[in-house]
Amino acid sequence: MADPQSASPHPLLETSGNLRRRRAVNRAVELSAWVAALLAVAILALVIASVTVKGISSISLDFLTANTADFGPGGIGNAIIGTGILVGLATLMAVPFGILVAIYTSEFAGRRNQSVIRYTLDVLNGVPTIVTGIFIFGLLVAGHQQSGFAGSVALAIVMLPLVARSCHEVLTLVPGSVKEAGLALGASRWRTTLSITVPTALSGMITGALLAVARAAGETAPLLFTTSIFANFVETDPSGALPNIPVQIFKFSESPEPAKHAQAWAAALVLIAFVLVISVAARILSARMRRRLGAAR
Amino acid sequence: MTTESATASLTPVLGGKQRGLLDRFGDRALYLITLAAAIGSVVIVGGLAYKIIDEASSAISTFGLGFLTTSNFDPVHDQFGAADFIFGTAVSSFGALLLATPLSIAIALFLTELAPRRSRTPIGTLVELLAGIPSVILGLWGIIVLGPVLNDHVEPALHAVFGWIPIVGNLFGTDYSLVGMFPAIVILTIMTVPIVSSLTREIFATVPPTAKEGALALGGTRWEMIKTVVLPYSRPGIVGAVILGLGRAVGEAIAVTQVIGNTPGIHANLFLPSNTLASQIANTYQGATSALTISSLAYFAVILFVLSLIFNTVARLLVRSVQARAGASGY
Repeated sequence: MADPQSASPHPLLETSGNLRRRRAVNRAVELSAWVAALLAVAILALVIASVTVKGISSISLDFLTANTADFGPGGIGNAIIGTGILVGLATLMAVPFGILVAIYTSEFAGRRNQSVIRYTLDVLNGVPTIVTGIFIFGLLVAGHQQSGFAGSVALAIVMLPLVARSCHEVLTLVPGSVKEAGLALGASRWRTTLSITVPTALSGMITGALLAVARAAGETAPLLFTTSIFANFVETDPSGALPNIPVQIFKFSESPEPAKHAQAWAAALVLIAFVLVISVAARILSARMRRRLGAAR
Repeated sequence: MTTESATASLTPVLGGKQRGLLDRFGDRALYLITLAAAIGSVVIVGGLAYKIIDEASSAISTFGLGFLTTSNFDPVHDQFGAADFIFGTAVSSFGALLLATPLSIAIALFLTELAPRRSRTPIGTLVELLAGIPSVILGLWGIIVLGPVLNDHVEPALHAVFGWIPIVGNLFGTDYSLVGMFPAIVILTIMTVPIVSSLTREIFATVPPTAKEGALALGGTRWEMIKTVVLPYSRPGIVGAVILGLGRAVGEAIAVTQVIGNTPGIHANLFLPSNTLASQIANTYQGATSALTISSLAYFAVILFVLSLIFNTVARLLVRSVQARAGASGY
């Protein structure tokens, strides 16, 4: 049988030329992919190394506990407490909210509503955080005063789409057979959802929440207009502006004084350590959960 | 009578009438609460759009669309335009994506096709951790570590290599500085590479393995397999990923304001200080005094919001089309 294809070789073979040249091109491409990946890893290492080298010498118990200062030596004790409160409040708002949205999209919503909500979350996730800052400034600060509450609402808006999307993903990972087992035992839908689906997906949902916390802890733009004019002492009342690490780093970095830069590096080291520890912990948790769910399937 | 006793003996097993009621109520309540949360997220986006447009309304009615093409930002005389900042935003984000796109595709190829299997997860995780570095820290690094290196070595070298070329050479002038457009491009590249590469990686993972194996079985090298199967199959998704990266670069305020020099102006030389929409907001919104200045900066926010809306819509459509195709064909 005369195969019509045999007359004109496959395009893959047509462009072949000699084998040595093709192998050389292949080698070159593989090499550049290696270089690109190593470059990204090298930049990560470089940034972390710079922060560590420049920050470690200023880190002391004093620095971690003393209050921020406009002049002379100071610490970030009040900023650590403030960031803790801001991120804590934002988490309290965004995580339950995000989980409820995720339960709706994964358990109840029809195809169309699901895509509407997912699109909404995508849009919210794409909104520049500085725009979120302006929104919350107009909503809660204009006409009143800066407040930790306003700052944490802004952070919660940044966190919400991250939490909702990651929780949606893990909830849909829960095998249908597990849910059906619950329903078959006579449990109603809400009991099945709350006592079977959600607990099964819990560690994955914690991962999503942790990654959102890591993101929120380092956000500066949403706080810039909502809680940036703060006093240099410990402030725990969220109805007033709360000192916080990102804005403090931003202020120090804009200063021409080398002493302030040293404090900025030390604060950056504290922040980056916190963010990296949380991100890595979240990833370990997520890998463990995926393995377990994979086994359950 | 018999049926009644039958149900009576059955109900305890099923949990009784009360539980039936509770369950009906519980199902309804959970549905309504989660529905309310979902509607709440729509309300947040709608409220955000309404609020910033409302705040920008006096600038919008005063300057109209001419705002976009006027390059005057003068709070003293209450004359405002966004052209300089739109220019800075466009150059910094396109410049960043010009560098980030090939890098991200290469990294994604490395992680899906080329890297030894064992090293894929750790290297992928490290690249994603790069995305987790807070922008204010990247900006600090940009001012103090990156700025001097670019100023002393990279910018003169670029000028030496490209400066003599007509037209293109204008981009690489001689006014080197510690802050400026070029450091902003480099920082934005670092911020967008992890995002674009992890999205691209997900898209590459949807390429049907049979198609890849087919190309290899025909005697193609790995690169030829990538060129003829992986890249054409993923093209719309890659474009989508790049647009999402662009969205991120356009909206980044803090790191850019730290390194760009905050000096508006339209000039070709990449080494000169510049400014962007987001950076101008970050820098001046707090201290703005006149109502029209604040409203004009809110107009900037509206521009950024509309851009992010467009980028997200287009990108999601492209990325979804690839994922839907992968889902539909059973891979």
